[in-house]
Amino acid sequence: MTIVPDARDASAILSALQPEPSPEPFLDPSSGPSTVPLPLPIPARLGPPKMPLATPFGTAFGAVYRGQLARSKVGRIPLLFVASFQSIGILVLLRGILDVDNTTAAGQVVAGSTVLVVAFVALNLLAQRFGALRAAGALDYYLTLPIPPAAVVLGTAASYATFAAPGTVITAVLGALLYNLPITGLWLLLPVVLLSGVCLAGLGAVVGLLAPRPELATIAGQLGMSIVLFLGVIPADRLPEIGRFARDVLPSSYAVDALAAAFQPGVDWSKVVIDLAVCAAVGIAALAVAAVTLRRVGTS
Amino acid sequence: MLSYAVRGLTRRHGVGEHSVLANDRIDLDVRQGEVFGVLGPNGAGKTTLVRQLMGLLRPDAGTIMMFGRDIRAAPDLPARLTGYLGQDDLALAELPVATAVATTARMRGVPRAAVREVRDAILDELGLTAVADRPLARLSGGQRRLACVATALVGDRPVLVLDEPTTGLDPVARRAVWGALQRRRDTTGTTIVLITHNVLEAESVLDRVAVLESGRVIACDTPGQLKASVSGDVRLDLAWRHEPPADDPTVAMLAGLATTNGRRWTVRLDPATAREALGRLTTGAALAALDDFSLATPSLEDVYLTLGGASRDLERT
Repeated sequence: MTIVPDARDASAILSALQPEPSPEPFLDPSSGPSTVPLPLPIPARLGPPKMPLATPFGTAFGAVYRGQLARSKVGRIPLLFVASFQSIGILVLLRGILDVDNTTAAGQVVAGSTVLVVAFVALNLLAQRFGALRAAGALDYYLTLPIPPAAVVLGTAASYATFAAPGTVITAVLGALLYNLPITGLWLLLPVVLLSGVCLAGLGAVVGLLAPRPELATIAGQLGMSIVLFLGVIPADRLPEIGRFARDVLPSSYAVDALAAAFQPGVDWSKVVIDLAVCAAVGIAALAVAAVTLRRVGTS
Repeated sequence: MLSYAVRGLTRRHGVGEHSVLANDRIDLDVRQGEVFGVLGPNGAGKTTLVRQLMGLLRPDAGTIMMFGRDIRAAPDLPARLTGYLGQDDLALAELPVATAVATTARMRGVPRAAVREVRDAILDELGLTAVADRPLARLSGGQRRLACVATALVGDRPVLVLDEPTTGLDPVARRAVWGALQRRRDTTGTTIVLITHNVLEAESVLDRVAVLESGRVIACDTPGQLKASVSGDVRLDLAWRHEPPADDPTVAMLAGLATTNGRRWTVRLDPATAREALGRLTTGAALAALDDFSLATPSLEDVYLTLGGASRDLERT
């Protein structure tokens, strides 16, 4: 019961005060300003609820992908240009230095520049995205949905890749034209981009998730991209010993080698298959690590 | 059937001398089909509690059973059974409202063919249809929160765990949320665990409420029982136009008991004394200084304060 005076008439006030407070005044629906009905009795004893199923990977992947794709497209179209321009710039720059008749070196420069577009998106942008999600505590949203964490990583990566894919085609075709390389083997671009994408996206997600601060995630992502750039674009035979070792350890090198083979007159298919298999294996491992990291970081 | 049975739940944040005991041996039973509230001021450990209920934080000690199963043994249980509303929405911020709701529905396994219908129904229920195509980040704070509530409700889970669902909402939107929650409770027996620091919300929608203070549950009962149990006192609020006459015996008596906030006094008294004091004030010399007054039965805020709660940041409206 609440009595609020409208007028300063003492007799009216006192008469309003006359009734004794009800023994259970709070059960009076008029007691509060709320018009929401009082709680109804709890429904009769219920059995345990039907256990909802976990959502399958494909459905979850599709939903994450579609959601991420819908994120302000306007903001990401410039990124598409940045990713491509960077690689095209490198191609043009090296065109003036490199001996175009050396098709092995030329093929590697073009392949390295193409994989760099993938690295820009998968390593750099994904590390930033997951770093920001972790810092804001926004991973809770995904972790409280009945979906596999790998679907979150892959769905997010795939949405970024959708913006990057045209950039890889433009870079590869333009590179082939600049360096007089055949473009008949360019269909290899599809498995190369896909597998290197999974690989680098997994690594990018792990880096972003493990970074204690979002700025560190950004720095680590950009550093990773720079490593992919140097070790991918500089022909292997011109690297020092330590550089060649680092190149062998870096999974994106295998994607570069597989794509570089496509520009050569005689393709060693067994080597291409092995390179792609390495990419696939590392990709699956990276994705698994990313999924575990997502769960571990999100549930402290 | 208990949706949640929590025993001895303890969780400390940080290490060493800066660590904080966020939850201290909490015991709770949340029955299936009830709207269960967790009321407390900022920093009482409410969010830590519900994040543990969702499996997002591991307890240092204690157990959480969901429908009779330990969530440590079945860590996927909370995600499958529960629609959760957290405090941050960065994951959804750039998505249009309709897409956020639809993709969340898909992730909760709503069949593709049914998604559009389910999405439109919830947008309509919460009054979001007009802003369905706008990204959450471009909405007002209240609408943005409401859109997040829609994503928590979509997909009809048997349990809802909502961390301050109505913070920042205008009264119309708040009532829409309360209505949506009660409909789910009444029609499908949905269990709802709801964090609030709003006393009006606690009194309006909760079947039972646990009052949290510094990581401990200091009371847990229906709002009515809690109010009845702590005190038969009423609260007399006085607002003075200017300084009241200090030599007036009634003013002097009230001044000794009141908690003051500028010229606003709040005094807790038994009903008879309150009535007498108010009678003397409104007929005596102090009337000239009195600007406004109200006399109210105890609220959950009074329960909280009487039980030893120290914080003053509970909301009343």
